[in-house]
Amino acid sequence: MAGTDFSRQMNDNGDQDGFQFSQFLSKRFHIDLPLFLLLLLLCGSGLLILYSASGQGLAMVQKQALHYLIGFTALLVAAQIPPRLYQLLAPWAYLLGVLALIGVLVLGVSGKGAQRWLAIPGLPRFQPSELMKLALPLLIAWYLATKGSPPKLFTLAKAMILIAIPLVLILKQPDLGTSILIGASGILVLFFAGMPWWLIFSMISIVAACAPLMWFFVMHAYQKQRVLTFINPESDPLGSGWNIIQSKTAIGSGGIEGKGWLQGTQSQLEFLPESHTDFIIAVLAEELGLIGVLFLLTVYFLIIMRGLYLASVCPSLFGRLLSGSLIVTFFIYVFVNIGMVSGLLPVVGVPLPLVSWGGTSVVSLLAGFGIMMSMHTHKLK
Amino acid sequence: MWGNSFRDRMAEQRLFRSRAIFMTIFIFVLLCILGSRIAFLQIVEHQKYQDLSENNRIQLRPIAPTRGLIYDRNGILLAENIPSYSLTLVKERVNDIDQTIDYLKTLIDISERDEEQFRKRLKYSRRPYAPIVVKYKLDEEEIAQVMVNRFYLPGIDVEARLVRHYPEAETSVHAVGYVGRINEKEAQRLDKKQYRATEHVGKLGIERRYETELHGQVGYQKVETNARGRILRIIEQVDPVPGKDLVLHLDQRLQQAAAKAMKGYRGAVVAIDVATGGILAQYSNPSYDPNSFVTGISHKEYSGLRNNPDLPLFNRAIRGQYPPASTLKPFLGLSFLDANAVTWQDKVDDNGWYKLENDDRLYRDWKRTGHGHVNLHDAIMESCDTYFYDAAFKTTVDNISPFLAKFGFGRNMTYDVPNALSGLLPDREWKKKKRRRSWYAGDTLNLGIGQGFMLATPMQLATATAVLASKGKWHTPRLMDTLAGESQIDDSNALDDIILKDPKDWDGMFKAMAAVVTGRRGTARGLRRNLNFSMAAKTGTSQVVSIAQHEEYDSETLAERNRDHALFIAFAPLENPSIAIAVVVENGESAGRTAGPVAKAVMQEYLSGAQG
Repeated sequence: MAGTDFSRQMNDNGDQDGFQFSQFLSKRFHIDLPLFLLLLLLCGSGLLILYSASGQGLAMVQKQALHYLIGFTALLVAAQIPPRLYQLLAPWAYLLGVLALIGVLVLGVSGKGAQRWLAIPGLPRFQPSELMKLALPLLIAWYLATKGSPPKLFTLAKAMILIAIPLVLILKQPDLGTSILIGASGILVLFFAGMPWWLIFSMISIVAACAPLMWFFVMHAYQKQRVLTFINPESDPLGSGWNIIQSKTAIGSGGIEGKGWLQGTQSQLEFLPESHTDFIIAVLAEELGLIGVLFLLTVYFLIIMRGLYLASVCPSLFGRLLSGSLIVTFFIYVFVNIGMVSGLLPVVGVPLPLVSWGGTSVVSLLAGFGIMMSMHTHKLK
Repeated sequence: MWGNSFRDRMAEQRLFRSRAIFMTIFIFVLLCILGSRIAFLQIVEHQKYQDLSENNRIQLRPIAPTRGLIYDRNGILLAENIPSYSLTLVKERVNDIDQTIDYLKTLIDISERDEEQFRKRLKYSRRPYAPIVVKYKLDEEEIAQVMVNRFYLPGIDVEARLVRHYPEAETSVHAVGYVGRINEKEAQRLDKKQYRATEHVGKLGIERRYETELHGQVGYQKVETNARGRILRIIEQVDPVPGKDLVLHLDQRLQQAAAKAMKGYRGAVVAIDVATGGILAQYSNPSYDPNSFVTGISHKEYSGLRNNPDLPLFNRAIRGQYPPASTLKPFLGLSFLDANAVTWQDKVDDNGWYKLENDDRLYRDWKRTGHGHVNLHDAIMESCDTYFYDAAFKTTVDNISPFLAKFGFGRNMTYDVPNALSGLLPDREWKKKKRRRSWYAGDTLNLGIGQGFMLATPMQLATATAVLASKGKWHTPRLMDTLAGESQIDDSNALDDIILKDPKDWDGMFKAMAAVVTGRRGTARGLRRNLNFSMAAKTGTSQVVSIAQHEEYDSETLAERNRDHALFIAFAPLENPSIAIAVVVENGESAGRTAGPVAKAVMQEYLSGAQG
């Protein structure tokens, strides 16, 4: 109880009316107003960039707005669900996710050379890996919360096996990017639960040592090509290096102030590939320049800070672990995407969260924020 | 599950907070790395990427200049540019060329020839993203068929471009020539910058001679393109400078008159404006349509022209080298007089043959019975060979050859007629060098009647006749009159004017040549009928030594092809000559009956037109 009172006091940073309204929303609708407003700001900016990136396609913007609408509805619904229900659902969601992943491998629909989609009659086509993005941290958080913090070594080992199962299944699709992200979301739960530092560092060392083995035994030809292209994009400027060269050109040519909204030649003249999905930040960088990029990074930073704060004042261990994992996974998306587009990281198919075009990821990300709000606003019983 | 003690919960929360603080710092650092990476690209490397992005979208496209037009002296178009719709293909945007062509074949008619030409062009395509023509001259239905199905045909387009067209076709080609696609050899020779957008180059005739003037200067267009190379807008344009228009001395009416008169003959007509040296007519029969060469002639059509025994591609007017035979006699006569070897009064008794001392060989006159007592005037009129044997022997080759050279024999005197041959004017030195024999008196006799080694083209005969008609005044024979409206007279390479020791000899020769037509025994007296202008002329009949050609005749044509060539030179009107002409009819036998009427018809056309 003392913890919750403490958290209420920490919220006291607006004027009296705003504070009251915020508190009302928090109590009545389980919404965290600052985070909610930041998300609205991000999504609004996203629509503006998308309008330009899609070649001023209003239809695409409308569709994305609909995605946001569904996403925010999912956020509101997820926020109303009490943490207890999530705990109850966690193992089942995980089980369902694993089954769906097996289903994808057996009877999935292929697209772009990989089997990622599952088409069940009567349901919209969806990627089971998206479900796993929520289900895995849910399960691990639930599992570790029952065992207490810090976890014992044996508990950690069992948790890692639970992480490894979906990881391997997604790797088989093959989808290296998603499997790394999902793995990270599980590991992050362990990290927040208090996994010992020595174990963290030895695991990092083992992964580093295994990287060359991955090259030979795990990675597919197209993945290797991406790494090679990352090292030297100019080796194949019209082929695999095209994307990264064009995106760097778009960013660099934008300069500090940018070429102006809708004025980016790289994006408007279609030199920039995937400009409305993975490479959308390059459109922003070209048209609105460094100022636009820094603005977006600031919004992301504020969202992440607010998320981490909400996690740390969460009344339950389960809520803390889950919220911490979700918000840092969100950050990883941001980092990997911008790192990839700016040529810091190899090209992996990771969208810029809440800005890139795409329904599934918008909905699952906003639902994740809904869960975080639920963890924060529901009192312990 | 919530049964943990208060202390444990505090510890758990502390642990989480320390991890969260660590994470906050970690995230902040990584975001700073991202920010500085973007800042690095946008500030430090800004200029580099700015340039790259400009290069991406901005392309410099060459624009071909419009080729200059060619007119005849009366403003009749001889070469023009007409819009033609072509089906084009961009190699870089077509996945499977064979498949695309097959699909096109289901829409429009693409002949084997079209495809063959297209494959050739495909091989020699020079610029990336340059459209390559699949088929020229689409009609409206074909355009519609392609445009409707354009969605299924990426990289295929219909393009309007200007194509050279020769409205006078067959009648003008041997003077005007034609343009054709630039081949690899020409591509190396031509200025790469100027010809970046040009597809055709002059191959023959005037089109070749004045290529630089007709071509103009290439223009450029700075265009913005999208990633697929489509032009979105024009940023800047440097207009091409069109080629200059040419006006020729050529008179298309004479070309047509010559073509009409030469119908059924093999031979050539060259007519020259006496006052300027301008070439009024330059026609070779049979002829061909140059328009099929412009867009690429088919193998079949080309070999048809090549293998035609009448050699339509052979430009007899400037490349046909014939023994001038008796048409050389007026020039020979002047050489005798100028060397003081004979006078107008000297007579020779002609019994039908001539014999050298110490030589048993008889040099026969064309008239078996002989012409009796003849002077130079009669010898020209009747074309008496014996007189010329005798006078030539007296004059000697050392006086004859240099004198003939003053009339341009033995060299190409044309100013702007490419590929014209220079004939052959023999002398002692030439024979020693080329034949490794010394000059015999018999060689002089043969030269004395324009036979033997002597060869001349119709162009040379017409030129010499024009010089004769202007009484020795030289003008370089030329096709071009004005370039872009400016007169282009350059007689710098003309020969010295001919000054006779006795200028009255010119008049004497004029009279003798007039008698060829008007005289009772003139060899061209048949032309007198319905002749409404005065003219001076000379006939010639040259034995067929055959113009070195590699043909196979069947026995029936053999006889016809062994007949003598008929030659004819003339100028008119007699009092103040304005036109000089030379006509050759191969195997025409009687010059008075074949070549003569052709010359008469052409001169009549000229003189009647000049007055009306």
